Amino acid sequence: MQFLLAEGARLGLSLIGVISLVAVNALFLIWMERKVSAHIQLRPGPMEVGFHGALQTIADALKLIGKELITPEDVDKLIYLLAPIVMFLPVLVSFLVIPFSPTLLIRDLNVGVLLIFAFSTLTVLAILMAGWASNNKYALLGAIRSVAQNVAYEIPLLLTAMSIIIMAGSFQPSVIVAQQGLVWNIFVQPLAFILFIICGTAETNRAPFDIPEAESELVAGFHTEYSGMRFAIFFLAEYTNMFIVSAVATIFFLGGWQGPFLPPVVWFLLKVYALIFLMMWFRWTFPRLRFDQLITFAWKILIPLSLVNLIVTAFVLKLVR
Amino acid sequence: MKAYVKETLTGFYSLLAGLGVTIRYFVKPIVTVQYPREKLDMSPRYRGHTEFLIDPETGSHRCNACENCARTCPSGVITVTGVKVPGTKKKRAVTYSIDYSLCSLCGLCVEVCPTHALKFSNEYRLAGYSRQDMIIDIMARLKAQQRALGLPEEVPPAPEAEAAAPEAAASGEAES
Repeated sequence: MQFLLAEGARLGLSLIGVISLVAVNALFLIWMERKVSAHIQLRPGPMEVGFHGALQTIADALKLIGKELITPEDVDKLIYLLAPIVMFLPVLVSFLVIPFSPTLLIRDLNVGVLLIFAFSTLTVLAILMAGWASNNKYALLGAIRSVAQNVAYEIPLLLTAMSIIIMAGSFQPSVIVAQQGLVWNIFVQPLAFILFIICGTAETNRAPFDIPEAESELVAGFHTEYSGMRFAIFFLAEYTNMFIVSAVATIFFLGGWQGPFLPPVVWFLLKVYALIFLMMWFRWTFPRLRFDQLITFAWKILIPLSLVNLIVTAFVLKLVR
Repeated sequence: MKAYVKETLTGFYSLLAGLGVTIRYFVKPIVTVQYPREKLDMSPRYRGHTEFLIDPETGSHRCNACENCARTCPSGVITVTGVKVPGTKKKRAVTYSIDYSLCSLCGLCVEVCPTHALKFSNEYRLAGYSRQDMIIDIMARLKAQQRALGLPEEVPPAPEAEAAAPEAAASGEAES
């Protein structure tokens, strides 16, 4: 009985913590994205609401809450309403196993990495549901593109992850982090890091891989027909996905919470936000790929390279041990 | 195979070069001017509406109300009134206003002025709520500039008929 109570309290607190982290993270990331994009274009970005526009996102969120939730005619009601939820829930699940520090983690599952990858793939389903149910040609095209892209980029993502996992010999995030005590994996596996970041950018549907929501061609892609808070939830999920991909990359390549002087949580968040900055930097540097270029890039370059990387890693490990 | 490797490597290098360009811009100073709070200085060659040139000798305008500008103006924008300065044979402007909403910016008024009394101002914030706001009183503008420079304010000469009551005209409000 006592065990159940303790576990219940633990889960409740974790849920509150995760949801507030998701919300604050999204608020901060949207502001950060606007600032980064502005500074790359020699603009100051939002400046009016709060110090250097720090409260701008809150003002925008309040506006979005006040917006009418339009349900267009002839949509597939059930799927249309479910899609934002299916988009958002797996995002929360991934936080279960992310180790923010040696002590600050909700569940130290021995298949944690698998859990993250399994649930983050559900995002594709949500996008497909949203695009299909919207009864809109742009939304459907965006969804089709998203599925093709995510299927193509999932393979090199998992292959590069595999090369890290066979080095650590575990699917447990905390073990993978602990294994990088002396040398971070980015120095051992630089190619894998580059491939992982490229695939992670594609998995989160961010520029230059943002063809599912290419605004110049597809209005807004799969979320064209969503308004108000339903749209905001897609937005929230997109930014949280960025956080998760960066967190996984931090665990795999940048030594997770490890670092001198500062507390482990600070190190972890620093590395995560540095990687997010890298992804934003990509967005404001590279133009969007055409669809055939995107698929060609995945199948002709990323997958062979990640396969070679995996095989070489396996050979070297066999020789060393 | 060789071409494939070469293409991959050059492609990767070009991506890095692109990132280099954007990070250089990222650390450059911002060029935006926060407009209502900050203003740009206009270039001295900027040609706004006309205003009186302040004569460094007299600290006032040189307009003798010859109305050459008003007659030259193709749009009939300029209204000048002047009176004879008591005791001399010279005329001097009392009011000078332009209806800027009709002005075609030809600059003929400045060209034609025999005493070089006019110049182009640097003023660019000319938005207004009505047509009436577009009528610019250049005499009032001159007075404001004189106040700003610490010069004695232009006192329009009293018309001869009213010469008996000079303090009425000297109050500074010349039928604007």
